[in-house]
Amino acid sequence: MSEQTQAQIQTQTQTQEKVVFERTRVLTPKHTHYCPGCTHGIAHRLVAEVIDELGIQEKTIGVCPVGCSVLAYDYFDLDMQEAAHGRAPAVATGIRRVLPPDRYVFTYQGDGDLASIGMAEIVHAANRGEKLTVVFINNGIYGMTGGQMAPTTLPGMKTTTSPYGRKPEECGHPIRVSELLNTLVAPRFIARGALSSVKEIVRAKRLIRQAFELQHTGFTFVELLSTCPTGWGLPPDKAMRWLEHNMMPFFKTGVLRGPDAMPEAAMPYAPDLTVGDAKSTNGKEA
Amino acid sequence: MNRVAIDQDRCKACRLCIGACRFELLALGKDLNAKGYHPVEVLDASKCVACAQCATLCPEGAIAVYRGVK
Repeated sequence: MSEQTQAQIQTQTQTQEKVVFERTRVLTPKHTHYCPGCTHGIAHRLVAEVIDELGIQEKTIGVCPVGCSVLAYDYFDLDMQEAAHGRAPAVATGIRRVLPPDRYVFTYQGDGDLASIGMAEIVHAANRGEKLTVVFINNGIYGMTGGQMAPTTLPGMKTTTSPYGRKPEECGHPIRVSELLNTLVAPRFIARGALSSVKEIVRAKRLIRQAFELQHTGFTFVELLSTCPTGWGLPPDKAMRWLEHNMMPFFKTGVLRGPDAMPEAAMPYAPDLTVGDAKSTNGKEA
Repeated sequence: MNRVAIDQDRCKACRLCIGACRFELLALGKDLNAKGYHPVEVLDASKCVACAQCATLCPEGAIAVYRGVK
């Protein structure tokens, strides 16, 4: 076949086909190390697609956690930085304060990283209102180390460190991180999505996009309910159903705080700092 | 004709796309790929409506969907 006919055929197929879905160019061609059916891959793709759609690939810096997604810097075609376990919001704070303000900084953290060892960092970064986007993957288990109990493990859920199911009287109840951060004044956007079905994935992508768009106004936080088929001991499709059936009733999805939904906690509070009596003269004679 | 292109080496045979296809056009193939999985194959591309639900659910980003223009 001559080169000319080959080119003709190529242009013909190009004109006859419209791209409905293609792998985004913000992800590198490298194959991921995740287990089959792990929703980390979906979360990576959603973040990458949002960055691609907003056209901020050259202006975005990501911070990786410790956990299954520790190698995320290999998969995003972005400037990436690895952080110590749980300290991604602190590292991202430094990056945000050093670089020009038009940059976009995001952290990508799991629940063992963010809700356990990194709880202090995330609460204080949110409380300072750092202009970051935090993508929080919540699958209720420590995936990388072999399926141990995480702060977000559901009561009665069997893990390798709670073989008879999590007992709330011994280990406490699961932490709703989004609701916890929603008690602070500073955050601008807090939302929870799920990666359990096509519908929920499309919704979750919208939440991530909103978070990135609002990032320059303050702290933005997106929690994504995810599966761990290996840690949960379920096939990937059943793990998705398990997520819908067990996790979503406890971790309610939706926008907790955003431009359209501002809770009372977000209202600015400016005390006058005098002693309760309205006639007080601050200790001096009038 | 609509076309579903599956990156055979990237596929980990998690079957999420098989459950997502409402026309049951996807199935695990017989061949092994470099990772040792049986990658997903398209059974009958002529029935595909290019809804891209399989691609939306694929954790590996291994699926691309093209719509044929008449």
